[in-house]
Order: sequence, then structure tokens, then C-alpha cells
Amino acid sequence: MSLEASFADEPAFVPYLAAGDPDYESSLAYVEALARGGADAIELGLPFSEPIAEGSTIQEAIVRALEAGMTVDRYFEFVADLDVDVPLVCMTYYNLIYQYGDEQGPRPFVRKAAEVGLSGFVVPDLPAEEAGPLRDACDEFGLDLVFIVAPTTEGERLERMREQVSGYVYVQARLGTTGARDEVSDYTERSLARIEDWDVPKAVGFGIKSGDHAERIVSAGADGIIVGSALVDIVAEGHENDDATEEVAQRLEDKARELKQGALRGAGDRPRVE
Amino acid sequence: MEGEFEGYGGRHVPEPLEEPLAQLAAAYEEVVPSEEFQEEFQYYLKHYGGRPTPVFYAETLSERWGADIYFKHEDLLHGGAHKLNNTLGQALLAKKAGKERLIAETGAGQHGTATAMVGALLDIPVKVYMGRKDIERQEMNVFRMRLLGAEVEEVTRGNEKLAEAVDAALEDFAENMDDTHYLVGSAVGPDPFPRMVREFQSVIGREAREQVQELHGDLPDACVACVGGGSNAIGLFHAFKDDDVMFYGAEPGGTDDQHHSAPLAKSELDEPEIFQGAKTQVIDDDTENHSVSAGLDYPAVGPEHAALQELGRAEYHAITDEEALDAFKEMSRAEGIIPALEPSHAIALAKKLAEEDRHDTLLVNLCGRGDKDMQTAAEKFDLS
Repeated sequence: MSLEASFADEPAFVPYLAAGDPDYESSLAYVEALARGGADAIELGLPFSEPIAEGSTIQEAIVRALEAGMTVDRYFEFVADLDVDVPLVCMTYYNLIYQYGDEQGPRPFVRKAAEVGLSGFVVPDLPAEEAGPLRDACDEFGLDLVFIVAPTTEGERLERMREQVSGYVYVQARLGTTGARDEVSDYTERSLARIEDWDVPKAVGFGIKSGDHAERIVSAGADGIIVGSALVDIVAEGHENDDATEEVAQRLEDKARELKQGALRGAGDRPRVE
Repeated sequence: MEGEFEGYGGRHVPEPLEEPLAQLAAAYEEVVPSEEFQEEFQYYLKHYGGRPTPVFYAETLSERWGADIYFKHEDLLHGGAHKLNNTLGQALLAKKAGKERLIAETGAGQHGTATAMVGALLDIPVKVYMGRKDIERQEMNVFRMRLLGAEVEEVTRGNEKLAEAVDAALEDFAENMDDTHYLVGSAVGPDPFPRMVREFQSVIGREAREQVQELHGDLPDACVACVGGGSNAIGLFHAFKDDDVMFYGAEPGGTDDQHHSAPLAKSELDEPEIFQGAKTQVIDDDTENHSVSAGLDYPAVGPEHAALQELGRAEYHAITDEEALDAFKEMSRAEGIIPALEPSHAIALAKKLAEEDRHDTLLVNLCGRGDKDMQTAAEKFDLS
């Protein structure tokens, strides 16, 4: 199933977890739990040792995964081992993508990603103006390239993203970095308005941690929600308390269901366009 | 594109940081060349900082090593290192751009201290991010920053060192871009930092170029400086870029091939990596970042240095901890100047170049004084 199709019938729930957090086997179970809980696509983080401007929640997840031995090659194995039937999006930093393989540029990484069944990429530190080679490789192997639109994204940068984006656009709903927040930002509606006429689904992320948040964001017009920190928190807490993998997986599945249900309610709240 | 050096550099940051950096670049391009800014900057450099710093001819070392050795006395700048040139320039720019708050990262605490100094001088609140491990081993500088009125924020994530402090500062910057300036400490990171820091530090080379000619009657054959991120080095080199003067960077060679911070001299040079927002060279994965001098303890290098090496304009050599410590002692005994451990790497490299008869006249940047390194020296040379 294509990424865009995940948004087709109802608002999509797109969770994020760092692959290999806190270890390979548990992480497999956690990602599969999200799929059972109703995820329509999953952003699967490939940990990079030098992330920029990640909130401490995600940063710590990355450290746990790296310490447990996650590498680029293990990541590809991980994706191949996963038993889920929703599209998987690789979220990572460009350094890992363009350093991979013998050939210069992103092509070897994208070819391998296609082989193991990934559907697309989100690359936070890749400016749209430098995305050409990755976009070309994605076209060659049939993958999508998602861009993040921040509240401050305007003018030429916004236009360049629009030209190259596929799959969905990741709308950052609040200034700052990932971290679960108590309030849903006012920026949501404004951000959505700026990209209203883009012909890809709009998924809003950053700061969503409850079904109520999800509902409000979808009723404000989002085609989907992206949730990272609130889920990573569950993994972190389970790890600290040494909880059994099945228990933590169950909590993730429950949280996923809450968020998905919230998103569905949000769609119901929306004024019907005749 | 501005901010690119032969394919190195650039601005590789998450989208929330693009806008504040684009705004900073625009402010930099507009404000810094203006007469008003330059007047104020020069005023503070002279009357507050003590510029121009002199160039000193080292008679004993020149005779001993067989080449004329000149030192640019940046250790005499207020604060005891070249750091103030940059913090003063950026803080004045921040003020002109209407920013009401400065943030900075620091490893050893030198840059944090220089930022705290200008914050006090210009009455701008300062917050310094510092890794927990660095706070532990650089307590004196933490006290200095607090005495100067800065808030020191402990960073406890990841390895709890400089790289994480940079990250915490970048996050703060992304969240508070409206009123905050991120005062980066070296010629590293995303555009416009490398070119902006070079601009503010290039006063070193401009002064030295004239002073050497006055003393020596001619340009030096080569410039030598230590390179961590590389701000003092690029500040010295830049004024000589169109001259027939060779550049040498002394990178920290640490203890062995697995423990150093010398990406240009010691690591396998391949495609540039993207590190903290810029394309540059980084030490190999199997290498542990290490240097006896905290100020050079950085796994990457400013992008312009990577470009200068690729162009063959500059050479970068690794100087071991041991060689730097020997130079530290030799300089103290021969010239009555205690250098910081950072420029001790440059002094050691100058000695090698002189003894190998590579050049007749060397200009070395003495970018900081050694007071902060007395504990290390006391242990090493049994001074207590």
C-alpha cells in the first residue's frame, strides 16, 4: 500500500518509534503493537549518533537504541523482520543516507531501503534545496520523500518542498523540538492554511499526546496525526521500570488505539463539505 | 552559495532552525559591514579588549630552532584568549538585531566565559549550556561564568559533553529565535556561523600581517595555528590568503591512532560527513575523541579548514599530547610566556617545521595563556 493511500479513507494515525529502542527484540514487538493499535503508517527512526535539535525524549531513545547495538545494517534487518502490513517510513539524518554503500550519494541507501520494503523517508536535516539526489533516487526505486513544514517555513523554501514532496507533508504544529506538550498549538490552523492547496495529505505532528489532542487537530483540518514523544515516553518508562515487553507493548497498543479513535472523532466533528 | 567552501559547509539543519539562521545571515550581511557597527566593534576591541595585541619575536627559540619565530600575542587579549573577538562581534550584532538574550555552548568553559563577559559588558542576559562531565572537570570556569552573571545550564543527555551542549543550545535557539541569539564559539556549525566567526576573528591576521612586516621587513613564510574547530587559525590565515604564505594547522594528535581529535591529519579522508549542521571532516568511527587540551577536544573541524586542505592551501599535522606538553614547558622556560595547551600544539608544530628547515620565518598564533592549564602542568611536571 502506498503512503498516500494510508490517508485515503479516514484520518491517518502515524506513530514514531526509534528502531531498536531499548533493544532489538522488544522494539520489534513495540512497532507491531502500534500496527495492531491502528497505525496507518509508521515512522521508524534510524538512530544517528549526532542528531540535531531533537528533544531529550527522542534523543534518549536514540542513545538507548545505539547502545543496544543498532546500526544501519541492523536497521535494514529490523525492517525485514517486522511483521506489519502498513507502510514504513524511515526517519533519519542525511549523513547516514549519503554515506551508505560504495557509490557516492543516496542511491545505494534508497535501493536497499526499497529492497527491505520501506515506503519513504523523512530527513529532518536535509534542506529542500539539496534534496535533488535523494528525490531522484526515490523516484527510481518508487519511494516517497516527506518534508517537514515548520511554522516559520515560508517563501522559497516552502515552494521547493511543494515541488518535491510526496507521500504526505509533515506539518510541525509548534515551534521548537519534539516533546509531548499539554496544549495543542494555535499554529496548527495557520500552518495548514499555508499549504491548503498542496496535493498531498497533511499530517500534523509535535506535541500530540492524547486522543483529545488528536481529535482537535483533525477537526482543525489535518488529514492525519504524527505522534512520537508520547509513545517513546511509554517505551522509556517501561525500560526504566524493567517492565515485561508484553506489558509495554500492550500499553503502546492501547495508546495507539486512543490516538486513532481521537483522530476518527475529529473527522466526525468536521463540518461536512457538500 | 554563501557559506560553502569547496563543497564543505552549508546549512544542514532541521526546518525549524532554517528560518532563524536565514535571518541571522541576513542581519550579518547587512549590519556588520556598516560603519556604525564597525566603529562600535573597533572601539570595544581596543578599549575593552586591549587590541591591537602585539607580535613578539622569540629570540631564544629562533636561535635554538634555526628559523625566525614570531608570536601573535592573542593571550594578551582580555580574558586571556582570542575568544573575545568573536563574542564581542556577535553580541554587538545580536544587540543591533534586537535580540535580548544570548545563549552559548561551552566545553572547557573558555567560550562560555568570554560570552559571559560580553553579556555583563553589554547588559544582555546569558545562558551557557555545558555538559555535566565538563562542568565536573572545569569547575573554575563555571565559577567565573556565574560570577559574571551568566546562568550555567547542566546538560545531562548522551555523552554529557560539548556535542550535547551544542544540541541543547540549538534547541533553545529554535524555540526562542524571536528574542535569542545563539553565540557559537568556533568557526563550525551551519552557515552563517563559519563565515561570521572568521570575519570577527580575522582581526588577528590583519594586525599580525602588518606587525610582522614592521618587525621583520617582510611577510612570514608560513602561518602556524592550532585547530580544534579552528577559529583562531582561520582568523590568522584569512588575511594572508592572497599572499605567498603557507598555512599550517596543528591538530590534537592525542595519545595514539585510536585517541585523538585530528580529523584532517589522522583520519581517512573520504566524502565529507554532515556534522552539527555542516559538511565537514570528522574523526573515524573507531576513534575516541581525545585531547589533553579541552579546547581542541572536538571530533570535527570547521568546514573551511577541510576545504583549505583539499585545495592544498594548508597542511594539517597531528601533534601528540606529549609533544604539546613539551612545547608548553619549553616556551615557558625559553621565553617567559606560559602558553595555553591549545597553542602549545602550534608551538610544537612550528618547532618541527623549523628543525626540518621547511621555512625560514614562521608566524605562530599564541591564541591563549596557560593559567587555566596549571593543574595539568603541576601533575605532569611535578610542580607541587
